[in-house]
Amino acid sequence: MTIMTAAGAGGRARLVPNLTTAGPFLALFILVCLGYLMNHDFLAMSNVLNVVTRSAFTAIIAVGATFVISTGGLDLSVGSMAAFVTGIMILFMNMIAGDIGLWAIPAGMAVVVVAGSLCGLLNGAIVTLGRIEPFIVTLGTMGIFRALITYMANGGTIPIDASLREAYRPIYFGAIAGIPVPIVVSAAVAILASFVLYKTKFGRRCSAVGANEDVARYSGISVPAIRTAAFAIQGLCVGIAAICYVPRLGAATPTTGSLWELQVITAVVIGGTPLRGGTGRIWGTIAGAIILEVIGNLMVLSDFVSEYLVAAVQGVIIIIAMLVQRLSK
Amino acid sequence: MKGSFWRKAAAFGVTALGLATVQSAAGAAEDTTIAVSIPAADHGWTAGIVYHAQQAAKEIEAAFPHIKVIVKTSPSASDQASALEDLVASRKVDALVILPYSSEELTSPVKEVKKKGTFITVVDRGLTDPTIEDLYLAGDNIAVGRTTADYMKQALGGKGDIVVLRGIPTVIDDERIKGFQDALQGSNIKILEMQYAHWNSDEGFKVMQDFLAKYNKIDAVWANDDDMLLGVLEAVKQSGRKDIRLALGGNGMKQMIEKVKAGDALTPIEVPYPPSMIKTAIYMTAAQFNGQAPIRGKVKLDAPLITKENADEYYFPESPF
Repeated sequence: MTIMTAAGAGGRARLVPNLTTAGPFLALFILVCLGYLMNHDFLAMSNVLNVVTRSAFTAIIAVGATFVISTGGLDLSVGSMAAFVTGIMILFMNMIAGDIGLWAIPAGMAVVVVAGSLCGLLNGAIVTLGRIEPFIVTLGTMGIFRALITYMANGGTIPIDASLREAYRPIYFGAIAGIPVPIVVSAAVAILASFVLYKTKFGRRCSAVGANEDVARYSGISVPAIRTAAFAIQGLCVGIAAICYVPRLGAATPTTGSLWELQVITAVVIGGTPLRGGTGRIWGTIAGAIILEVIGNLMVLSDFVSEYLVAAVQGVIIIIAMLVQRLSK
Repeated sequence: MKGSFWRKAAAFGVTALGLATVQSAAGAAEDTTIAVSIPAADHGWTAGIVYHAQQAAKEIEAAFPHIKVIVKTSPSASDQASALEDLVASRKVDALVILPYSSEELTSPVKEVKKKGTFITVVDRGLTDPTIEDLYLAGDNIAVGRTTADYMKQALGGKGDIVVLRGIPTVIDDERIKGFQDALQGSNIKILEMQYAHWNSDEGFKVMQDFLAKYNKIDAVWANDDDMLLGVLEAVKQSGRKDIRLALGGNGMKQMIEKVKAGDALTPIEVPYPPSMIKTAIYMTAAQFNGQAPIRGKVKLDAPLITKENADEYYFPESPF
């Protein structure tokens, strides 16, 4: 009964956007207005597209994190995992580029998606089979993935083969009907994810497990299976983000994706998903990811923040955005 | 009698007279151990340090069979301090070449090593007590900024609007920026804005995109490290803007040296702060135990302009950096 009510209430909230879920969008709207007042170039089409495109990696990974967090888990390894699977993808593509030419690109995409999913599955399996707190497990795998990419790169850079570089560029820099590809990809991921989270049995079970593990278990839900699946989805999202990331700079380095885990968790929480789990708000997460990128953009476009104080002002804005989100409830 | 005194001095690494010690061919029977303690490879520049230290170890051991070189990498300052304790606890170390993680934390551990009579070579970051070191070798961060600025003045004809990407707030970053700003004084080159991009390619890309959105005309951009320059170049390429005439970096990453060699229009020069300086330090320390070449003192490597003509001297295709 409890589960049905919780899930039912959540489902209704999403069909008709009401004030409960409008918080992050309100915060984003206020930021955009402020940005326009500070510098009119802020709303220039090229700037808007740049910023939203840049937010795509955080957004895609954060969609996965919304699943994990809604089940009551947490994944700190996403940044290192992104670097690790990016490295695997580039090494794989470079290895086969000589034999199959440009087909190496789709092959590489397939590999990175599988690699990401397996990494996520590994996290999930350790959490559920080992019965260890997700915080500790993913703190461990965070170090492992980071060390592996550093090892693979000898501490330096793993660049993509020159013969693939130009052909792959459009996946970040190209556009479909005027919309940059990464935006299209993150929108597709979000639509699919909101369908899974809100319209399927699996999605409702994710929220149920996060809301109350014991009740979920008594209702016949396999809690470990749901949790593991959420981590696997997180890994899958990291793989998809890597597909869009590689063509931007064409390389993986030991500093790729550093601190992304914090960006991702911040985006999810600003978006209205509580850290303790029980509900997940996919579109709020997307808004959260865009908010973070807009803040960074504003720091450069506005003239009155000293370069030394940027991080402090960013921190203040994040907290205010969170308050706007809370107060609008 | 005299010979035996010098041999002992070499073995213990104690030379109060400030002269180089000698281990003649006759005395080569005594083995000498040089320990090298450096940061683990966690980004491009430290990866270069590890590579060049290992190369130097191989070359020195091949050239001088009585010298053994042990290279030990550490992932943090406290690990490096423990590594020093382990090194001297288990064996006799005649010389220590160290690139300290941080000056404050490593000063007293190195002092402990020094007490055992070990010859101390400090690289790049100085210790807070300079009396510990027998040899100090570093690059010149002020010169990195100055050389870049001098070239920019000449290439832009003394005037223009530029933007600057800084790294992480540290002494290294401050010195590069200071050298750059001081050298620009008196010219009509105006720094429109500076932002930190944390020596990271992705942040370099973002900051440059934002600079391009904010300013309609940018004549040149300086990223004070090549990792950031990678991101800058992608952002410039994406914008399709033709007003940017120069995009310069610093450090001497091999991808950038390749551009210089190829005569790239945007990045025609480089300025080194080469990780190969660890090799210079190991070679000089080895000289302490071979031939009578005085090496005590302070050595500052310059940051000369790398152009198409001399790029080969700074190009290490096998190095990860």
